[in-house]
Amino acid sequence: MEHYTMNLKLKIWRQANRDAKGAFRNYEVSGISSEMSFLEMIDVLNEKLIENGDDPVAFDHDCREGICGMCSMYINGRPHGPWEGTTTCQLHMRAFHDGDTIVIEPWRANSFPVIKDLVVDRSAFDRIIQAGGYISVNTGNAVDGNAIPIPKDKADASFAAAACIGCGACVAACKNSSAMLFLSAKVTHLALLPQGIPEHDSRVKDMVERMDKEGFGACSNTTACESVCPKEIKMTNIAYLNKEYLLATLNNK
Amino acid sequence: MLDAKIPSGPLAEKWTSYKGHCKLVNPANKRSLEIIVIGTGLAGASAAASLGELGYKVKSFCFQDSPRRAHSIAAQGGINAAKNYQNDGDSVYRLFYDTIKGGDYRSREGNVYRLAEVSANIIDQCVAQGVPFAREYGGMLSNRSFGGVQVQRTFYAAGQTGQQLLIGAYQALERQVALGNVEMYARHEMLDLVKIDGKVRGIIARNLMTGKLERYFGHAVVLCSGGYGNVFYLSTNAMHSNVTAAWKAHKHGAYFANPCFTQIHPTCIPVTGDHQSKLTLMSESLRNDGRIWVPKSKDDTRKGNQIPEEERDYYLERRYPAFGNLVPRDVASRAAKERCDAGFGVGTSKQAVFLDFAAAIKRYGKKEAGKHKLPLDNEEEIIRLGKEVIKEKYGNLFDMYEKITGENPYQVPMRIYPAVHYTMGGLWVDYELMTNVQGLYALGEANYSDHGANRLGASALMQGLADGYFVIPYTIGNYLADEIRNAPIPTSHPAFEEAEKQVSDRIETLMNIKGNTSVESFHKKLGKIMWDKCGMARNAQGLQEAILEIRALREEFWKDLKIPGSITEFNPELDKAGRVADFMELGELMCLDALMRSESCGGHFREESQTSEGEALRNDAEFMFVAAWEYENGREWRMHKEVLEYEEVKPTQRSYK
Ligand SMILES: Cc1cc2nc3c(=O)[nH]c(=O)nc-3n(C[C@H](O)[C@H](O)[C@H](O)COP(=O)(O)OP(=O)(O)OC[C@H]3O[C@@H](n4cnc5c(N)ncnc54)[C@H](O)[C@@H]3O)c2cc1C
Ligand code: SF4
Ligand code: FES
Repeated sequence: MEHYTMNLKLKIWRQANRDAKGAFRNYEVSGISSEMSFLEMIDVLNEKLIENGDDPVAFDHDCREGICGMCSMYINGRPHGPWEGTTTCQLHMRAFHDGDTIVIEPWRANSFPVIKDLVVDRSAFDRIIQAGGYISVNTGNAVDGNAIPIPKDKADASFAAAACIGCGACVAACKNSSAMLFLSAKVTHLALLPQGIPEHDSRVKDMVERMDKEGFGACSNTTACESVCPKEIKMTNIAYLNKEYLLATLNNK
Repeated sequence: MLDAKIPSGPLAEKWTSYKGHCKLVNPANKRSLEIIVIGTGLAGASAAASLGELGYKVKSFCFQDSPRRAHSIAAQGGINAAKNYQNDGDSVYRLFYDTIKGGDYRSREGNVYRLAEVSANIIDQCVAQGVPFAREYGGMLSNRSFGGVQVQRTFYAAGQTGQQLLIGAYQALERQVALGNVEMYARHEMLDLVKIDGKVRGIIARNLMTGKLERYFGHAVVLCSGGYGNVFYLSTNAMHSNVTAAWKAHKHGAYFANPCFTQIHPTCIPVTGDHQSKLTLMSESLRNDGRIWVPKSKDDTRKGNQIPEEERDYYLERRYPAFGNLVPRDVASRAAKERCDAGFGVGTSKQAVFLDFAAAIKRYGKKEAGKHKLPLDNEEEIIRLGKEVIKEKYGNLFDMYEKITGENPYQVPMRIYPAVHYTMGGLWVDYELMTNVQGLYALGEANYSDHGANRLGASALMQGLADGYFVIPYTIGNYLADEIRNAPIPTSHPAFEEAEKQVSDRIETLMNIKGNTSVESFHKKLGKIMWDKCGMARNAQGLQEAILEIRALREEFWKDLKIPGSITEFNPELDKAGRVADFMELGELMCLDALMRSESCGGHFREESQTSEGEALRNDAEFMFVAAWEYENGREWRMHKEVLEYEEVKPTQRSYK
């Protein structure tokens, strides 16, 4: 792999707090190596800002391995930037070239208010899980793990849905700010397993109701969410959810 | 005297006997007992959920924006349990024995036995919660091998086992939040403990969104705040993992045990330059199928796949024929360092070795071809089939490798090098997981209890969940049963006021330094000292130098630190400054502990103490103890010894040959 260095122009959304009026500000960084991660490039910028007595750019991040779901930048008009199936922290600078301008914004959705700069409040997702995103089993109630055989294809499909990292990119990409991809991933994860069946009617209804209360919009099948999801969660989950939801409402008339 | 409170009786009956005799709290009383749980990783989330289910009033804290994002989410390879589903000779005793031996005989038999005993229940619990573990075609749970053992007892969910286990625990926790048994405080950081009349009674936390200090009462406080590997700056830990919660406990009298026991993981993506902010692990599970090697000649600059078989040195298979690529982590890391130091390293930095899947791809390809009755001489087809099998097992790790390095590991061997990964040391706890401070518990990576001087792969997840789901629900009752008459103490109590003032003063002091150097630069400097002198190989001279260098750096820190912004706003630089300040103190203690322990054991390698073949040489006559350090004044610590007595296992020089 050939490595190179580059100079870049950055246009970053700055907003002091939830109620402040935000605006873009322009910055420049130089000597950025193609081996750096995107967040390491922001680290370089922040070190420079601190040195100059400016306020560094606030952003969420923790694992920097694409799994915690904390990082959340809207890069050049796309959540998590140009690479498919990739979180912001796993995006690397070889995606860019010398002289590029990069525009960076927070997730924009009414249900995700800005805390500062690129940091948003995603606690609505936790509240959707609280509404029913679990199997009600207390510690100590379990039978032997192999007493519940689960066909491999079911287990694999459940796992694929459970891979969602709760980052919220799907909401940020959607013109309606719908949380359907996130919600459907959880419903699918649990409903595909025999353990999840007893509660599946109430789960899907309660979670959908909560999602609506949190102010997320309706799904109009634009597939924007699927195309930006860093964990490649599929729209088929939404179809599955719709089916589950319909059955649940029919069952409990 | 340190009393570990190990129940008497035969090893295999201790836990049963403890559970049969510990005090209980009746359901009505549980409702008036309050417990604070710091951390929502596997240990914290499982503890908070289980305690909530029992009916205690729980407050749960984490500094991330959601409990689901705790560092445990990143664990990749798997979780051990003595299920013996493979019928390959596993048992509770064998898991116990492997863990004690893997830890190089520096952990406590009673605790480790209990861990092995409850391991099977963990898998059952997780399956019941809907954790989608990997399965065989018949629908049964699948297992893989991990280092340091000869049975297959590791359960997994692709390379995302930690994620799936944590989501399970997180969902159980959110259910308790919905039921009103747990109050959740995300984006909150505990910055001090409150002690009243010798007992822990609460915490001071900072709301990281507003910067405001808040007071919380608890009849007991359970620390599940994770490990301190980030003292090295570069590690595989999440960026914000830190020692602050444990360190505040230490300053309130809790002993810090075996702080120098650090695990350096052999298979991580190598450092590329000064910009590096963290290191990425390539799971140990890859050593099931990957073969580790370096070229036989020095400074070989050919691509890995262009070096012929006979010019390769599979040094682990050569040195350790019995365990081969699956030797424990400490052994594999040192062997990689030895080859690189001797000049056989690969890549531009020469600080890397190859982890190669070509042989496994062929092997699996042939097996698949056989299964589907395809011709065995179509090389291309076999490789294609083999790659699919590898993809299913490790796909997410291979993708991650490619994203970071830009190289395709299905085609060229991975380049890997050891990196700081886990800390076996931590707060000293007794059998009940209580520290020596009344009412203060430590669970998960934050305590030191089960892994001795080296942790076996897939055992941290097991320990975190054992502590949270199956140990603390019993042991905390034994303490709280005597607390039922004590009403909650109002947080206007002078002890809370005083604690809050101290926290606030310290924050002001940090802000008012107004120097020229960023927190990040100080952290990097500290990390370099630690890695160079208290890293994979240590010696007396280096450690003595390190102590002086850390003291000097600490002084500079308090004179020249520069924090932007203000106290009463969202200010990640200020959060980080407090954490690095604590790392600066911990680093000194780690060096002191490493200096005191002039033997080699597990991950702690003192150059002065090695066999003629370069293996770690233990000194049981002098060092068969846990070093539990008491904080005195920041420059001095007093060491207490917990002598380790082995009743069941006979310590021998560890051999994986
Ligand atoms: C990349 C990687 C892969 C791994 N893979 C495996 C594996 O395959 N198998 C295995 O067994 N082990 C593995 N490990 C080790 C294992 O993941 C950890 O040891 C384990 O998850 C630690 O869990 P924990 O609950 O103790 O702490 P953590 O998960 O680190 O959680 C700490 C929690 O404490 C909170 N916290 C800390 N301080 C404060 C404070 N002051 N105030 C408020 N909250 C605070 C944090 O917010 C967080 O919620 C891996 C580790 C790494 C780094
Ligand atoms: S569905 Fe995808 S985009 Fe949405 S929260 Fe989950 S991982 Fe993120
Ligand atoms: S920082 Fe964890 S997913 Fe990006």
